[in-house]
Order: sequence, then structure tokens, then C-alpha cells
Amino acid sequence: MLTRTLARLSWVDLILRVFQIIAAIVIVIGIVNVFRSNTYTSNQWATLVFAGLAQGSIYALIALGYTLVYGILLMINFAHGEVYMAGAFSTVFLAGYFSNTGFLQSSPILAIIIMIIFAAAVSTAIALLLERIAYRPLRNAPRLIPLITAIGASFTLQYTFRGLYGAEFKSYPQVPALSGTVNVIGFDVPLVQLVVFFAAVGLMIALYLYVERTKSGKAMRAVSEDKDVARLMGIDIDRVIVTTFALGGALAGAAGVFNGLFRPQGVFFFMGFFPGIKAFTAAVLGGIGNIPGAMIGGLMLGLIESLGPNSIVEGLGIPSANQLKDAIAFSVLVLILIYRPQGIFGERLAEKKA
Amino acid sequence: MAMLEVNDIHTYYGNIHALKGISITVEEGEIVTLIGANGAGKTTTLRTISGLLKPRQGNVTLWGEDIVQYAAHEVVFQGVAMVPEGRGVFAKLSVKENLEMGAYSRKAGSGIRQDMDRMFALFPRLEERIGQLAGTLSGGEQQMVATARALMARPKLLLMDEPSMGLAPILVDGIFDTIKEINQEGTTVLLVEQNALMALSIANRGYVLQTGEVVISDSAENLKVNETVQKAYLGID
Ligand SMILES: Nc1ncnc2c1ncn2[C@@H]1O[C@H](COP(=O)(O)OP(=O)(O)O)[C@@H](O)[C@H]1O
Ligand SMILES: [Mg+2]
Repeated sequence: MLTRTLARLSWVDLILRVFQIIAAIVIVIGIVNVFRSNTYTSNQWATLVFAGLAQGSIYALIALGYTLVYGILLMINFAHGEVYMAGAFSTVFLAGYFSNTGFLQSSPILAIIIMIIFAAAVSTAIALLLERIAYRPLRNAPRLIPLITAIGASFTLQYTFRGLYGAEFKSYPQVPALSGTVNVIGFDVPLVQLVVFFAAVGLMIALYLYVERTKSGKAMRAVSEDKDVARLMGIDIDRVIVTTFALGGALAGAAGVFNGLFRPQGVFFFMGFFPGIKAFTAAVLGGIGNIPGAMIGGLMLGLIESLGPNSIVEGLGIPSANQLKDAIAFSVLVLILIYRPQGIFGERLAEKKA
Repeated sequence: MAMLEVNDIHTYYGNIHALKGISITVEEGEIVTLIGANGAGKTTTLRTISGLLKPRQGNVTLWGEDIVQYAAHEVVFQGVAMVPEGRGVFAKLSVKENLEMGAYSRKAGSGIRQDMDRMFALFPRLEERIGQLAGTLSGGEQQMVATARALMARPKLLLMDEPSMGLAPILVDGIFDTIKEINQEGTTVLLVEQNALMALSIANRGYVLQTGEVVISDSAENLKVNETVQKAYLGID
């Protein structure tokens, strides 16, 4: 019995197994050390949880763009980080204008809604341009080709926006109405985090209802299962693809504004790179192509990134753990690819559909 | 004027010359069957009619209008629906959603609800499974979904590609009874079958395809007693 099992294991499997076990042990040791030493109060942990949820909801919105497009075209739109950047970067000027004229202070809700709509419009426009110019001509090309094109498109967009708006860092203005804290089950939570989290969750629910309940949402699911049969139903595939890119773009644009409210600094032409990769990680974590997966994956990645440095890395005696946030996100990506490449909700990798 | 006229179509997969000049006519109200061995070009013919493939030569007319000019998703608006080979149900959509997709080409409120009830009268099993994901149904039930879904478009011409494929023999009788019923209610049927005997028993006329060409075309009665057909497709020596 045992020998049979062993015989079936290849060397690669064996090495991966050993690596899995080592990774699990390291994580457990880190966590145990931190909690034994009692370094942090429960209030500090709560702060990290709420910040993680707010950041995670932003990742989730971006991750949905990857997952929607993958679901329809089996293609990773690696320029999606730039779609996010386009909305976030363009809207920083509108936000500044609203702040200077006092509009942001006098009617913050309306101002923020206008900012979200503006960012969504810009990001959608960029996403549609990408689809039309970069991806549609390559629809029947081997799968590696659009991937390379996406990387090229990323650079093109980054430097186009650098040319448009300059290379300096910009900042979103402070929104006085969002600067307080709110008491949630006994913990003081920054209001802005709650607003970002609930607004993002609201958008996700709206998307979910669209995909599940509306005729065009159902058509989208039909196309993601079988394009030819969907055509036989009378569904115009091109229109569904365009809608998919538009939805992903709009959510990324909204995420750009939420990011500006939550972390006002650091708006520049390269700002899409890390959130893009992290949102991609979140989408893979949830199971690429799976919509609820992208939502849960985003929130989980936000939490892991927020709690990880203090709860795991620090316990291993590694100094300045907080600067290792990005490393944690990418370790997560590596670990999922080793442990569970199909993600939490995904089925086996989608070769069957290819 | 015939309802459907397929005139000398040549369809290719890359360099593979799959249809080498197929001509077929279907009159309104008929059941016409295409029989032939695996790889003869039956599926390719149906996919060319439905617009999924474009012929390099020849044309397809519906009531005299060329439908090759239409994209696949536009052909259904002309009154042609297809039950694809292997059924092609949307596995992750519920039975109800599959039927709704069948009616995608129709305007809301054009009697879609009533038609769905008609489908449940035709296939009571589907009503019991209305909320279930189509992928979890048995093969026979999936065939019902695929057929009902195509009918939801209210087609004038229904293309069916091997509806009996992979089904238990007891179910096959039911499928052919249903096809007859659909036809009697006014839908013209172009039926592709490997089960030639069954197909000929309900069809008015038939065409025998062989390596991309029509080799025999005759009435169903004549085909049933045709020596070549009996040898090759009916298993009679
Ligand atoms: N996707 C495809 N690519 C290349 N050749 C194909 C493809 N589909 C079918 N063919 C070829 O076209 C011919 C006709 O196939 P098909 O129409 O599927 O036959 P049938 O439905 O009668 O079994 C066969 O020789 C088959 O190998
Ligand atoms: Mg076939």
C-alpha cells in the first residue's frame, strides 16, 4: 500500500510535498511565537483586521476584472493594473479641484460619487481600447501571444500617462467628513475604512446580482461555458466580451478612488503595478474565473497582508516585518500555486476549456 | 420555393476539405434526415447552415434569402435553431436559465413564459428539475434540455445533431416520438442521425453522406429498402 503510493510520487511531487510541509511548519512557528510573547493588544489586532478588510475590498474589486475576463476569454489581462491606474491617476486632479473649490468639504458624498463615476468612465474607456486594439485582433492567436501583448500594453499605458500627467507623485486630498473614527464592537475604527469596505462590498453585490439575475448576465455565463452554443442562442459574443471588459474597468476605476480615500499618497503612473499583481494573486487565490472567488480572495489577501507581518514574520525573528507586506503577497501566490493551483473555489485548471 | 436550400457548399477546416459540394433541400413541414458514417460531414453541414462555419463556395438560402451573410448569432433571428452534437447544455446554468437562453433572441413578454410551460408539458421531467444545474442531469434529461432550449427560440427550422447519441435504448424511442410531435406542431426538422433505422422511420426524405458528398438522396421508404443503405447503415446483409 505504502510502496504503491510512494511509487506513484514523482521527484517533483516529493519535493513539493516536502516544501509544503516546511512552509506549514514555518508559518505555525511564527504564529505561535507571536502569540506566546503577547506583543500586541487585541485593539492593535483589530486595527490590522479592519485595515486589511478595507485594503482587501480594493484588491477584490480589481481582482474581479481579471476573473471576469478570464472567465470569458481564458486570458489574463495583465494590463489590468494600468486600467486601475488610469482611473485613479486621472481622478486625482478632479479630487484636487473638488477640494480647492470646497465642494468636497460641503457635499462629500456627492463629490465622491462623481469621482467614482469619473474614474470608472476613464478606466472603462481604457479597458475597451485595450480590448479593441490589443486583444481582439489576437483572439485566435496562441495563448502566449496576447499575454506578451498585455505586457507591452502595460508599458504603453504607463508611459502614456506619465507623458500626460508627469512623473511626480500626487496625493488625493483629505476628506474631512471621512476623517473620524467609529466604534465597532468596542474598537475604534477609522470611518474611511468602513466606508471603503461597505461601498466596495455594495459594488460587488451589484455585480453579483447582474451576473446571476439579468438576461445579459446569464448570457455572459453562457458565453463563458461554450461560445459556439451561446452563438446558436443568438448571443453576440463580441458584445458580451466588450461588456465584460467594461465591467472590469468600471470596478477598477472605483477601486482607484477607494484607494485614494484610504491611502491618499502615492498616486503616479506606476501605481497600478503592485495592486495589479496583488489583485491577480487574489483572483488566483479564489480560483481564477470564479466571481465569488475573486471577492473572497481579495478580502483574504488584504487580511493576510495586514496580519501576516506581525503574526508570522515577526515571530520568526525577522526584523522590520512591516516592510515585508509585498513579499507576503507574493509568497501567498507561490504557496497557492504549490498547494492548490485551482484556488479556493476553482475547479481543476481550465485546460478542458482551452 | 423550398424552405431551406443548401446549394453546392464547400466547407473547410483550415486545409481540410470537409464538405465537397453538398446540396440539400428541405420543404416546410418535413422531417429530413442526413445519415452517414462517422466523419462523413453531417455535423459540418449543420454547422454551416447555422452560420458557425462559413462555406468557401456555395450558398444557403432560407425562403430564398441567402443566410450565409449572417453571423451565427443572427441566423437564429431568421428562424433557425440547433440542438448541437453532444447536446451542449450550459452545465453551470440551471434548467430554467438554459431555457431562458434558448429564448435569448426573443423580446421579453413575447410569450416566453407560456412557451416554457409548453416545454414542461412536453418534458415533465424538466419541470421537476427546473432549478437544478443542467450539468447534474442525466444524459436523457440533458437531451430534453437541449431540445427544449432550441424550441424556446420558436424556430421554423430545427437542426438536430444526433439527439440519440449516448442514450439508453429505452430513451431513444422517446426522443424520436418527441421529434415527431414537434414536427406535427409545425416545426420543420433537419435531423442528423447515426441511428439510421430510427431516423428513416420518422423522416419523409433522407440524404446519405459519404466523405463530404451526398451519395444517395431519396424518400425514407426507398432508403429503407435500398441495398447500399441497408448494408452500410442499417446493419442488414
Ligand atoms: N474541428 C475540426 N477540425 C478539423 N477537421 C475537422 C473538424 N471537425 C470535423 N473535421 C473533419 O471534417 C470531416 C467531417 O466531420 P463531421 O462533420 O464532424 O462528420 P460527422 O458529423 O458526419 O461525423 C471529418 O473528416 C472530420 O475529421
Ligand atoms: Mg457529427
